[in-house]
Amino acid sequence: MAPTMTGRKTLGAGEGSLAVFFALFALLWLFIASKTTDAAYAFHAWLFVLGSIVAVVAIFKRYMARPAEAPPQEIDGLPNYNFGPIKFASVMAMFWGIAGFLVGDIIAWQLAFPALNFDLPWTNFGRLRPLHTSAVIFAFGGNVLLATSFYVVQRTCRARLAGDLSPWFVVLGYNFFILVAGTGYLLGITQGKEYAEPEWYADLWLTVVWVVYFLVFVLTVAKRKEPHIFVANWFYIAFILTIAVLHLGNNATVPVSIFSPKSVIVWSGVQDAMFQWWYGHNAVGFFLTAGFLGIMYYYIPKQAERPVYSYRLSIVHFWALIFTYMWAGPHHLHYTALPDWAQSIGMLFSLVLLAPSWGGMINGIMTLSGAWHKLRDDPILKFLIVSLSFYGMSTFEGPMMAIKTVNALSHYTDWTVGHVHSGALGWVAMISIGSIYYLIPRLFGKSEMFSVKLITVHFWVATIGVVLYIASMWISGVMQGLMWRAVNADGTLTYSFVESVKASYPFWAIRFLGGVLFLAGMLVMAYNMLKTIAGGRSVDDARVLVPAAHHA
Amino acid sequence: MEINDLRSIVTVVSLLTFLGIVWWAYGVKGNKKRFEEAAMLPFTDEEADRAELGQDRNGQRKAS
Repeated sequence: MAPTMTGRKTLGAGEGSLAVFFALFALLWLFIASKTTDAAYAFHAWLFVLGSIVAVVAIFKRYMARPAEAPPQEIDGLPNYNFGPIKFASVMAMFWGIAGFLVGDIIAWQLAFPALNFDLPWTNFGRLRPLHTSAVIFAFGGNVLLATSFYVVQRTCRARLAGDLSPWFVVLGYNFFILVAGTGYLLGITQGKEYAEPEWYADLWLTVVWVVYFLVFVLTVAKRKEPHIFVANWFYIAFILTIAVLHLGNNATVPVSIFSPKSVIVWSGVQDAMFQWWYGHNAVGFFLTAGFLGIMYYYIPKQAERPVYSYRLSIVHFWALIFTYMWAGPHHLHYTALPDWAQSIGMLFSLVLLAPSWGGMINGIMTLSGAWHKLRDDPILKFLIVSLSFYGMSTFEGPMMAIKTVNALSHYTDWTVGHVHSGALGWVAMISIGSIYYLIPRLFGKSEMFSVKLITVHFWVATIGVVLYIASMWISGVMQGLMWRAVNADGTLTYSFVESVKASYPFWAIRFLGGVLFLAGMLVMAYNMLKTIAGGRSVDDARVLVPAAHHA
Repeated sequence: MEINDLRSIVTVVSLLTFLGIVWWAYGVKGNKKRFEEAAMLPFTDEEADRAELGQDRNGQRKAS
């Protein structure tokens, strides 16, 4: 806008078109709500109507409250970082984390005590299980990735986040997707694909949000003040781009009707299974690994106050990791109708994956080389470094389990569940927790967390919880596998299935105890976080407080 | 050309690409300096760090 026009406030093109879009979107969903005969779908249609109306009102309220000029890119020659959407995503990460771990623990109790299903459709294990996995992976993990990626890209590019409304559209739109997905599972709406349960309309909405996320991220990188693109941003870009490709490939469905939540997948038979696990394993590789390695490459050097051990190693292991992960999916389909050669490729690439995975782990841990003493009294660093130990453990265990003969023992047992949680709780959750502890005081203008002692308490409670969980699942998994394959001399099975269930019972009890500990740690964190945001020493610096006030 | 030839070519090209990346990261002399610069990127905006944590220019906490 020309400088002569300053002073007169006009509605920006982005604000105007977004308001028009949401107004039309509300009408569309109102139409669907009036026509559909599916009660659960009608509920979602009303959610979309309500969400769109709230969006239009919010856009105009923000317009009335904001100054005439767009927020400056720089103040006194220093970048004017946009922290509003990051604050929102960090707080939402805490909320969804607690919700997701709670539901996880409830379903762990249900396995030990089936009466806790209450014979109701909404509280059945089958509906709560996807609620748990989506809440922890996409809601908790996703919000951590949104918050940290928006923070890291601004700080390492020394540039304000691209777009004005779009970063808000990304964080709010993403959390709205979570709301639709989660309530859908409870009401019985699912397309039955593991980790890709949301139906076609939720998938389309996520596609729009994700494209805007990609644009915000890449355009911020494009206007960077530094000549180089920091390695963490490479990992974030790989994560965002690949998730878009996976999402479109595995959700290629044809809706039965615009007035029905049901859709039919275009792939069939074993191709559908292969698409599913190409998606499923790369969700692990790019959502839960590449994205969180982006976190690792920024927050460990920052917290340890020293540059990454080897920047060259980071480049080599980045390309090796993203190339190799793409081919590992078939190991989920060992001894199935998938052609044998495809299973072998999946096994081989899974074994190769050990190298780039450990490259990342070594690079992160060795960053502390010469400063190990920092680990002794910095609980945030403890979270970050121990998460890498769990990453190393689970990326060793994973390739082993992908070997066909090992998989013959481990597949369909609790060993798989233990392996997943060693990665999900030990690696993903712990590095997330560490980075959020790092972020919270900085985002809310405080010099440190309310209580550093409580971070230490959280660290030990969480670590003991994870160890109890994975140890019990490992023992029960191996036991189940051995019981299922045991045969008598006459060729009959030694054990009936229910005998293996009965033998698993004590380990399931240890499992939910571990889960309770992990959840308790999160509650300690939530208390610490609320106290930090509410009180404590405030930073008296205009540079942080002014932009925050603009966008709160 | 048979499809299996294409498959072999893709495998060889992938390996050569990987070796090329290793050479680019470790072998090219001129890259050493730029990687060292890039590794320091998290620490370039010290002003913002101090502002976020409420410290003055010497890293001391400001009285609030």
